[in-house]
Amino acid sequence: MNRRHMIALTSSALAAPTMSVAVPTATAQTLVDGLVAEVNDVIAANMSEAAMINRFAAIFDRYSDVPTIARYCLGVDARRASAAELRAYTAAFRDYIAGKYGRRFQEFVGGQIIVVGAKPVKEWVEVETSVRLRGRNPFQMDWHVSDRSGRPAFFNFIIEGVNMLLTERAEIGAMLDKRRGNLSALIEDMKAI
Amino acid sequence: MKTVAILCLAFSLSACAAPGPNASADDPYEAHNRQVHASNKALDQALSGDGNDSGRSIPPAIGDGIVNFADNVSLPGMVANNLLQLDLAAALSNTTRFILNSTLGLGGILDPADDIGLFEDEADFAQTLAVWGVGEGAYLELPVIGPQTQRDVAGRIGDFFVDPFGKFASDELVWAARIANLASKSVKRDQFSATIDSVLYDSADSYEQQRLIYLQNRRFELGVTNADDAVDPYADLYGDE
Repeated sequence: MNRRHMIALTSSALAAPTMSVAVPTATAQTLVDGLVAEVNDVIAANMSEAAMINRFAAIFDRYSDVPTIARYCLGVDARRASAAELRAYTAAFRDYIAGKYGRRFQEFVGGQIIVVGAKPVKEWVEVETSVRLRGRNPFQMDWHVSDRSGRPAFFNFIIEGVNMLLTERAEIGAMLDKRRGNLSALIEDMKAI
Repeated sequence: MKTVAILCLAFSLSACAAPGPNASADDPYEAHNRQVHASNKALDQALSGDGNDSGRSIPPAIGDGIVNFADNVSLPGMVANNLLQLDLAAALSNTTRFILNSTLGLGGILDPADDIGLFEDEADFAQTLAVWGVGEGAYLELPVIGPQTQRDVAGRIGDFFVDPFGKFASDELVWAARIANLASKSVKRDQFSATIDSVLYDSADSYEQQRLIYLQNRRFELGVTNADDAVDPYADLYGDE
């Protein structure tokens, strides 16, 4: 953490009682700074796919709001799920998402992510990053950060306009349709991926 | 004459619907599109293996040169579209990029412009149509080409007319550009094989995933993403409100 962020964090902490809803912009950016530093470490290191996925799972746990992402992606079916079913589904979803995006981040190996800036949007903060890969135009990756789960965490990311929540919601919906709405079967399918 | 043809095209498309919220698709030809999708998938499988081989098969040193060359020869067409959109800053930066890469970059095989942060400012005639207010139209999946919108198809035809490259380049160079363009597509297919395989072969409904990803990305590229489309799972936890 650099001094500029320290000052911004301190001042936003002081201002916190008056700022009710949104996470302070500086807090959100600091979160993404930390997240990006970890992702850059992973893509710079020469490690196996399994090791990379483990690291990404840890990054998801630490920096994202997995239960909210998982529930949104399940959609209306989450309403009729029991607490135990929802717990099992959330655990399976966490592994599914870390595995899927961990494998995709493999394409970033040798590249670097740079934090461009942050701005408040509606009830959250959008932190823009730029992914620099050798021999390719840089591409934009935005992180949506909120503290409405009780702590600052990202709940969505958008890669060149492609929204993870919308894309995964469609995918989980299609997986569930294949199983005629059977949640336990969906959980087993997710574990198999 | 060409201008008249393009304007007619633009006019006939202006009746097309604007994109709806939340990356929804206007897909009246879905049944037919799905058939084309199945054959495109079979073709991809035949050309790039079964989707299980991970990692690149084209050496980066060769692949990068092909992609650079194909990108460079597409710059004059981009500049033409920058101008049609009255985006002078992009026209200037793409022109500078073209001159730099054509000379110092040995005819575009290298990309020294990238090294000084002068990146490509992508533009095509479909974007020009969007800037002119033409709607997106229906979603289509075309044989071999893949996902498109009606506006994209019109843009491809328009680009054929507005791209000045053929007017100043020799026939040999124009052919080299066409071949490089095709080769560049397979290099990119190879480079992003993990992501493409994941969408095509690991999705429960690969047609729907590809449509969703294509439309969101295309709207982003064209700068027509609607800010109201942003998802707030805290306000709408089940996404049904």
